[in-house]
Amino acid sequence: MTSHKLRKVDVIFSPYSVAPYKILKDTMQRDKNEVIQELIDSGLRGRGGAGFPTGLKWKFAAAEKSDIKYIICNADEGEPGTFKDRKLLVEVPRKVFSGMAICAWVTGSTKGYIYLRREYRYLIPKLKEELALYEKHAKEFDLDFSIEIFLGAGAYVCGEETALIESMEGKRGEPRNKPPYPIQDGFLGKPTIVNNVETFASSTMVFRYGAKEYIKLGTDDQHGSKLFSISGDSPKEGVYELELGMRLDEFAEEFGDGDTKAVQVGGVAGFCIPRKNFKDTIIGEGNTTGGSTMIFNSTRSMYNVLHNYLEFYAEESCGQCTPCRVGTQQLLKGIEAVKNGTKPPQYLDNLIKLSETMKLTSKCGLGQSVTNSFSSIVNNFREEILF
Amino acid sequence: MTDKVTLTIDGQNVTVDKGMSILDAAKQIDVRIPTLCHHEDLCVAGNCRICVVEQKGKNTLTPSCATPAEPGMEIETSTPKVRKARKDIMALLVSEHNTQCTTCYRSTNCELQDLAAEYNIDNDIYISVVKPDLNIDKSSWSIEKDDSKCIRCQRCVRTCAELQHVNALAVTERGKDMRVSTFMHLPMNEIVCTNCGQCITHCPTGALTERRYYDKIWDAIDDPDKHVVINTAPSVRVALGEMLGYEVGTRVTGKMVTALKKMGFDSVLDTDFSADLTIIEEANELLVRLKKAFVTKEEVALPMITSCSPGWVKFIEHMYPEHLAHLSTCKSPQQMFGALTKTYYAEKKGIDPSKIVSVAGMPCAAKKYEANRPEMRDSGFMDVDAGLTTREIGHMIKQAGIDFLELEDSNFDSIMGESTGAGVIFGATGGVMEAALRTAYFVITGRPVPFNDLNITPVRGLEGIKEATIKFEDCLPEYSFLEGVEAKFGIAHGLINARQIMDQIVEGKSPFVFIEIMACPGGCIGGGGQPIPTNDEIRKKRIAAIYEEDMNKPIRMSHENPEIVAIYEDYLEKPLGEKSHHLLHTKYRKRKRY
Repeated sequence: MTSHKLRKVDVIFSPYSVAPYKILKDTMQRDKNEVIQELIDSGLRGRGGAGFPTGLKWKFAAAEKSDIKYIICNADEGEPGTFKDRKLLVEVPRKVFSGMAICAWVTGSTKGYIYLRREYRYLIPKLKEELALYEKHAKEFDLDFSIEIFLGAGAYVCGEETALIESMEGKRGEPRNKPPYPIQDGFLGKPTIVNNVETFASSTMVFRYGAKEYIKLGTDDQHGSKLFSISGDSPKEGVYELELGMRLDEFAEEFGDGDTKAVQVGGVAGFCIPRKNFKDTIIGEGNTTGGSTMIFNSTRSMYNVLHNYLEFYAEESCGQCTPCRVGTQQLLKGIEAVKNGTKPPQYLDNLIKLSETMKLTSKCGLGQSVTNSFSSIVNNFREEILF
Repeated sequence: MTDKVTLTIDGQNVTVDKGMSILDAAKQIDVRIPTLCHHEDLCVAGNCRICVVEQKGKNTLTPSCATPAEPGMEIETSTPKVRKARKDIMALLVSEHNTQCTTCYRSTNCELQDLAAEYNIDNDIYISVVKPDLNIDKSSWSIEKDDSKCIRCQRCVRTCAELQHVNALAVTERGKDMRVSTFMHLPMNEIVCTNCGQCITHCPTGALTERRYYDKIWDAIDDPDKHVVINTAPSVRVALGEMLGYEVGTRVTGKMVTALKKMGFDSVLDTDFSADLTIIEEANELLVRLKKAFVTKEEVALPMITSCSPGWVKFIEHMYPEHLAHLSTCKSPQQMFGALTKTYYAEKKGIDPSKIVSVAGMPCAAKKYEANRPEMRDSGFMDVDAGLTTREIGHMIKQAGIDFLELEDSNFDSIMGESTGAGVIFGATGGVMEAALRTAYFVITGRPVPFNDLNITPVRGLEGIKEATIKFEDCLPEYSFLEGVEAKFGIAHGLINARQIMDQIVEGKSPFVFIEIMACPGGCIGGGGQPIPTNDEIRKKRIAAIYEEDMNKPIRMSHENPEIVAIYEDYLEKPLGEKSHHLLHTKYRKRKRY
């Protein structure tokens, strides 16, 4: 593991020093394979949380044969504690659209959608203005790729790409069985690339600076810069762009209120790191990269924190698969029972095992990731759960 | 050309067609993987997760029903990881389930119970999360819905959508509140439901069951003042044995009759009799329509469509209310039987019809609704007092302590107990068509239908939509207008196929003159009241038994049934006559699409 000193950088949020549509235009002069290779070389991974290598996704999609391919920008920003995509769409939408357009150009797609979280619908007028500008440029560059906004209906699980696609098709937002993956069989049965807002914006910046420059940021495992939505017991709540690979102790020092007890890294789907492990934790390595970081100080009851998470999960599970639907309820009822004494403390161990079963058997990332926060809180703050 | 893939399951190489699931590949080498949400009739769901297996190179477990076999896959189906996960999933399902198995109708015929027993689930592992506020919906005449027993496998939802295209049941809410419900959570009797009962036969547990009437029937049997008559449908005799220790596809007609008599029914009669009667009325109705179309050039609804299947009838009333004229006005055999029981039978036997309790033993859930239709009171009473499913009859035989396997055969009582092979084949898809053609062709030409042994094979089998063409030559003078006509006949089973047939009619593109439609896949032998499970393999065996029964009948054309000849001579006078119209025909009503 390598780490860096915490460093605020200005890549994604830099003002338009070079117009994003110029980046698009310049990129379109290059060889498509070379462009994909550059993205692979940059080490850019999906910024939504799962961290799949973006260049590979584009490469696979480009290789698919189909009369139509779709590109979906996942702006269903639903992970508790994250709000960076909103800021991106407000401040640098052209980088996002440009990234989508480059993706469309290399993969041969003609239709794009922005799956916008319903709570962000107030952004639509501004986004439409920006889209009109984009369309103008696309026409100028002779690029046959249009972008439309699709409003989600507010389910957390619809951030999962196949549930998102289901919901766009007018069905219940439930994750699909994989395989087939959306790259083969996505929206309306056609090859579909779903990337996070930040992923598209970052890919534009990869082409702006080149993979060689971009890869200089970050560590051996995680490259580039990343937006962090920082909330909780912090005097500096907000969105920050940081180089990947800083240690959590530095992070807590910079953003905490001096009394930081734990940091939830990667939203409720991520891990809760206690102070004693801050020094050994490098943000971005081994953790999800969604960018939600919630800071808890010593006044917070970790039982309440966990209870809150589990209530959220028990509500937001789509309910189709057994481990997630019933498992989330069992974890919630289980910690309540241990707290009020109707189940013995050892019951917590059963629950941790259950959460591991959920990780092994749940259909999608939602149920699979419950164990992250659950085990990390129960293992590190056991006495708070019990007493 | 089909591509093949070779993979390893539990160390054994297995080569299967590309696209086949790991689950089915495992079946080929007799490796059993437990399932719950999986059903052969339905699309893959992959939501119960009980079928997980370990796949080399993957951190998470793989749902074997939802994952296609890939070349070189290495699958282990019984590792500690897999067993522990399956047990955990079972425990979770049990924690969400109303586990009062002793009071459950599906006890001993429940997939959840079987697996829970296999994995020896301790009720105490997890806290019960059964929702306390769930009431049993008993509003429908046909179907009871008990959400406390639902395991959310969505088999009913997929059945209603994929097989029937009715979509009465759907998933609502999410997370802990997720459940299978109806439009606006309305009670089952207020929604667009055909009562076909396919959801029941596809339910792995007791969440969906038919509304049971057998206690009412026992009361009637026990009442010395009541004369209790039962008529049993053709498909009951080829399926009932499955509940009582026989192999699938065993004909138990004689034993069934003996058992029903032992139980105390005063008269055990044969629905096949009224099936034969239906054929006479329906064939004549068709000929009248054809005459109007060909000779007098009157406006008449063609193609004519059969009306024996009450699920289908309710379907067309809801979905195609503007096209009800296509339906034959004939009542179903059950309702003809009921109307005659309290008139003709009562008169012949000298029994006060108010003392008669008329029971129908049916493969069907929708028959219960049909019996309760307000228009089905042409005898002056409720024509059919209760419809029992094959399953209920099986239960009653057990309740009576009858050792079914040891019973001697006996014959149906008389009158209305005589039937032909044509009446028998009503039980299988294509059967009504075949029976009608045997008679219609004879009426038109004076000769038997030109197929070997009267077996009109094009109308048989499990293909969703079938068709047959028959050319009428050397017609009798009365039917000379049909001379040389090549008539097309259509058969559909499963309401999704019925919809295709109807859409053709709506577009004015139907090539048929006469169509048989059955609501349930396979026809009545696959009915919503039949023993569980039902799948294509079982349907085929039951169908084979039906045709066996047909071949064994001395008379195989409805119009040759001596009791049919007699009833027209003694009572009805002539097909489509005044009495027929009063007792054997009915009207339909337009219903709302939503």
